[in-house]
Amino acid sequence: MSSELSAPLRPARVVFYNDPRFRSVVYQLILCAVVAFLIYGAARNAIDNLARAHIASGFGFWNDTAGFDISQTLIEYSPRASTYGRAFWVGLLNTLLVAGLGIFFATILGFVVGISRLSRNWLLSKVAGGYVETIRNLPLLLQLLFWYNAVLKTLPDIRESIVIPGGVFLNNRGLFLPLPIFKDGFGAVEAALLAGIFAAILVYFWARKRQQQTGQQAPVLWITLVLVVGLPLAMFGLAGFPLSFEFPQAGRFNITGGIEVLPEFVALLFGLSIYTAAFIAEVVRAGILAVSGGQTEAAYSLGLRPGPTLRLIVVPQAMRVIIPPLTSQYLNLTKNSSLAVAIGYPDLVQVFTGTVLNQTGQAVEVVAITMLVYLVISLVTSLLMNIYNSRIALRER
Amino acid sequence: MNVADNSAPLLKPAKLNTAVAVELIGLNKWYGDFHVLRDINLKIMGGERIVICGPSGSGKSTMIRCINRLEEHQAGRIVVDGVELTADLKKIDEVRREIGMVFQHFNLFPHLTVLDNCTLALIWVRKMPRKEAEEVALHYLERVKIPEQAGKYPGQLSGGQQQRVAIARALCMNPKIMLFDEPTSALDPEMVKEVLDTMVALAHDGMTMLVVTHEMGFARQVANRIVFMDEGQIVEANVPEDFFAHPQHERTKLFLSQILQ
Amino acid sequence: MTMAEGDLAVTETAFVRRTTIAPRPPPAEMTGAVAWLRENLLSTPFNIALTVMIALLLVWVIPELVKFLFVDAAWSGSDRDACLESVQHREIGACWPFVWERLPYFIYGSYPIPQRWRVDMFFVMLAVGTVWLLWLNAPRRDLGTIYFFVVLPIASFILLSGWAAIGLQPVDTVLWGGVLVTIVVASVGIVFSLPLGILLALGRRSRMPAVRTLSVIFIEFVRGVPLVTVLFMASVMLPLFVPERLSPDKLVRALVGIAIFASAYMAEVVRAGLQAIPKGQYEGAMAVGLGYWQMMRLVILPQALKVTIPNIVNTYIGLFKDTTLVFTVGIFDLLRTIEVARIDPKWATPVTSTTGYVVAAIFYLIFCYGMSRYARAMEARLARGDRH
Repeated sequence: MSSELSAPLRPARVVFYNDPRFRSVVYQLILCAVVAFLIYGAARNAIDNLARAHIASGFGFWNDTAGFDISQTLIEYSPRASTYGRAFWVGLLNTLLVAGLGIFFATILGFVVGISRLSRNWLLSKVAGGYVETIRNLPLLLQLLFWYNAVLKTLPDIRESIVIPGGVFLNNRGLFLPLPIFKDGFGAVEAALLAGIFAAILVYFWARKRQQQTGQQAPVLWITLVLVVGLPLAMFGLAGFPLSFEFPQAGRFNITGGIEVLPEFVALLFGLSIYTAAFIAEVVRAGILAVSGGQTEAAYSLGLRPGPTLRLIVVPQAMRVIIPPLTSQYLNLTKNSSLAVAIGYPDLVQVFTGTVLNQTGQAVEVVAITMLVYLVISLVTSLLMNIYNSRIALRER
Repeated sequence: MNVADNSAPLLKPAKLNTAVAVELIGLNKWYGDFHVLRDINLKIMGGERIVICGPSGSGKSTMIRCINRLEEHQAGRIVVDGVELTADLKKIDEVRREIGMVFQHFNLFPHLTVLDNCTLALIWVRKMPRKEAEEVALHYLERVKIPEQAGKYPGQLSGGQQQRVAIARALCMNPKIMLFDEPTSALDPEMVKEVLDTMVALAHDGMTMLVVTHEMGFARQVANRIVFMDEGQIVEANVPEDFFAHPQHERTKLFLSQILQ
Repeated sequence: MTMAEGDLAVTETAFVRRTTIAPRPPPAEMTGAVAWLRENLLSTPFNIALTVMIALLLVWVIPELVKFLFVDAAWSGSDRDACLESVQHREIGACWPFVWERLPYFIYGSYPIPQRWRVDMFFVMLAVGTVWLLWLNAPRRDLGTIYFFVVLPIASFILLSGWAAIGLQPVDTVLWGGVLVTIVVASVGIVFSLPLGILLALGRRSRMPAVRTLSVIFIEFVRGVPLVTVLFMASVMLPLFVPERLSPDKLVRALVGIAIFASAYMAEVVRAGLQAIPKGQYEGAMAVGLGYWQMMRLVILPQALKVTIPNIVNTYIGLFKDTTLVFTVGIFDLLRTIEVARIDPKWATPVTSTTGYVVAAIFYLIFCYGMSRYARAMEARLARGDRH
């Protein structure tokens, strides 16, 4: 007995296969081995299969001539001279265009609908609620096909286009808008706009300083409006109205001139905006509801009017809750733009993973590049969101 | 009572225009079909401290929330310092400027610092320059004994500290009347005292106070009258000594037996 | 010095109420339809203008909708003439004869007609499984889980694709279409995404760095790319990665893509649920001597899953809508069958497309809205803290 007590104390010996650390290492090694084996097997098979089908590997195809036409190109592109690489950029720009505009419209519509749902007007809140419930429960693809096939394709053809005053033609070939032609003097107008914005920013800071020092408030909103809108307008008049429009002309079989907006683009933009707006509406509603009623009560009891209460108390708190899921919806919209393949809008997926993949057969490279693009967009957005979140978090004990 | 001792009364409550601070005449309110306030008649003179008590659901909070129009009454009249409270927005603004309110759940603005919480209304409602507003705010933060927390955010303070900030925030607007809606009910017991001490100091400075609370010790200390409400009506009102020693109404007796140990 | 009743004000003197005031009904202006209208619709000039505009909008939209769906609709006929304005000499709304004729195609696709009873049986089995799992008071729900996640998939697979050995004629997946395919894709997604998602979520929370890294990479990768690209990857790259003799058929490739995609999203939902479980639960389970898997199976996961049921159901709703994307890799789900049917010259009229989309809309609305009601009911139940 005494010998046991006097022996130096050591942790009990564990059989090696029961030691959790050993087990953990073994599990991980097995897992890595399995994954490595699968990857190796997949690669071997891929090489075999590709070789058998006489498909090249590598990224050489990037500089090969494309040889196919793209219906909407924001940059220079010609089927005979441009490369697959060029086609990639065309597709990417088309994706960014529709995603950017979609985000813009969806945000406006989403905020309007979300706030409407909270309105005291029973009719308004029910209608907004109906919109949200219906749109959220219908697949986006169905909505896209509906807009494209049941609405836009059924528009009258060129000769019987719907004419909207202002030189706008709407038919089943697309939306024809007047093309603005900027004459020489327009540079002055642009300069005036920049000056107006700059001045508005200066006014904002000046007004803030003034309020801090004297307590008086200046009508910053009106001044900003005058500067940013009025100044360029004034310059526009002074420079002799340096803007003309090339109006689309209805010919016998065609419409010449003006800007032609593809029906695919219009359908995709509509579908994406309306669909995502329904989700944004819910995010906005949740954000506003998250601000407890006691906040507005405290503000009112201090004598604050509803306007300043919203601006200083409710909106800042609501935005904290709204912005993370809002960004998530923006990402969803960008990813959903890939549904362009279903209606033939030449976005990145349609052009690259569609046509280019068909022509070169190099599935692995093409799909990998496409996924990489979206991955980069997603990860960068997540990173920015995390930074924003950590900076804006309410400080607690 | 150590809070009141070591500082001369720095707070001079704003003077009322009339002798009667708040008058409720035949006040009635319904929530849908539920008759929550029934024929309330109450007259509070300037400088009086009234404690309102009663079982939950008796309408006490609703009543004081009607006074600064956080709730609307459907029948009867409310007159605050000579101004009758109606749906008229200008009258509502006038009344709210004269009344300060402290809530059960503090309702501090979590995204603003303690100092900004206090200066917000001064800057945006009274249109004070920032420096002046901050001086006023610091003055009242000292009054409630937490000037060193001025740069912190509400989430970083204890419950008792938050409620004292809430009191300071209300005081910054120099109200003539202070309403308290169960100010200590959401606090841990060890923090109740610091808040009550602040309220006692306020009372000693002459502020007209309307306090809904269960803290009977506080009532005994500073209240001029205790008003007992039940089922939407005033059941009994008396000076504290007589209220506690000789309750007259059956329901008053029942209530007191339940809350007093 | 008691005041008398009826004195208008109670001042410093004492007051004791003699008679209780009985509750009275609110004044007439407060109640009733008129008051409600005034309060909710007509309180300010802005509100009045808003109400008028919306009312006008509704008065325009709703009758048009009713007209299209019912009043002007054609109800019987055998080809496009039934739905053509020029033939019927009236304005035509929805072309329902088109739907009646093509309904079997919408439901079964090109599944051989004599074998369609197998599809019906599949639907019934699935319905039974669903009710068994969702009805909270059902008996032996643990058996129900095994039925739904193990027995049903195997049985359905054999039933639908056939097994010559027991006399079920094999039916190639190319022939499957319509609601059958939509339900199969959705079910596979649902059945596989939950277990896989749980594994991924546990992996992401694991303390073993290799496991955690692999889980994170998988989840973030799949969530960062559009479903269309995942489907393309599965449909185009999968045949490359397996030896030629094992080349999976088109439907299986799409199913793999959907399963992968859904599990990544489910993983995040489960992870949120796991994070909501207080540390004390983990500690208590370990203190009692439960191993990792036992702890997860008996203590943590049941609670985590219960807490996030509304989110799980919302993910399923998204999955159900996402099944339409198999359209883009050539699978004949409901939408694709409708697309094919509406361009059939036999039924070519201006209203055919819209009618087809209305059918799809009704289908998806019923399922998705139904699921969302269920999710909301579960949320309310959980909030009330019901035990079952």
